[in-house]
Amino acid sequence: MRAKVHVFLKPGVLDVQGKAVEQALHGLGWNGVEHVRVGKTIEFDLASADRAAAEAEVKAMCEKLLANTVIESYRVELA
Amino acid sequence: MKAAVIVFPGSNCDRDCKVAIERSTGAHVDMVWHGETTLPDGVDLVVLPGGFSYGDYLRCGAMASLSPIMADVKAAAGRGVATVGICNGFQILCEAGLLPGALLRNERLKYVCKPVALEVTNSQTRFTAGYQGRRQAMMTVGNGEGNFFADEATLDRLEGEGQVVFRYVSNPNGSARDIAGIINGAGNVLGLMPHPDRAFESDLGSADGAILFQSVFASA
Repeated sequence: MRAKVHVFLKPGVLDVQGKAVEQALHGLGWNGVEHVRVGKTIEFDLASADRAAAEAEVKAMCEKLLANTVIESYRVELA
Repeated sequence: MKAAVIVFPGSNCDRDCKVAIERSTGAHVDMVWHGETTLPDGVDLVVLPGGFSYGDYLRCGAMASLSPIMADVKAAAGRGVATVGICNGFQILCEAGLLPGALLRNERLKYVCKPVALEVTNSQTRFTAGYQGRRQAMMTVGNGEGNFFADEATLDRLEGEGQVVFRYVSNPNGSARDIAGIINGAGNVLGLMPHPDRAFESDLGSADGAILFQSVFASA
């Protein structure tokens, strides 16, 4: 099973990188762009074949290492 | 009097910390590799130094906070041993859950490296007792992610309980409420972004950092 974890700064936490990218897009003429957020995606293979078990496992990984829930939120995709 | 400086892969202020503590206090300093599982017996001070542990990969301090030695660092902190995290060490303490909040990318996306004036907000701690009677201290900062963040309720609590120990006179990185350093509720775990280890002799531009290390051993 392949896991994809998307990690973003929570709404309300200043994303200076997103802000810089937004300004650059405005500079290129895309003035309709708003609220840019830059996050990261972490992908890996999982030995587990059981979907529910895999989900619980990846969630534990997020809570322990992959995301800092003081400032970040995460979303898990399994395929 | 005994101190331990933890060395993570990518730490680069570990020797600065050792020299700063030795010269300002005369204490014996052991360097402890992060892969060890126990601290030396009878340490009065544990220091998590600055640098770029694990290359700042994933998040600053995230991987270092899970290093083998950290279990014993947490246990020592729980027993009341003085523990200080400087710069990357502060980030590690937050990631380890020993201090609240987190350090975000600097507001203007710039790595800031310069001397800063600090207001000593609380000189009633075992790290800052020596600053009594002087309101300011000069140290240098060197960080790209030194922008302290915590939710409003946590910030109110930190301020209300006297846990904000150092504030920037002129905020260099966007830190919430100008916070440069905080202490835990029990008063034995301190995290700060400025470097006392780079300000322990007047030849370095300031000797104000020495007072921090001296305060710890005066109370030990």
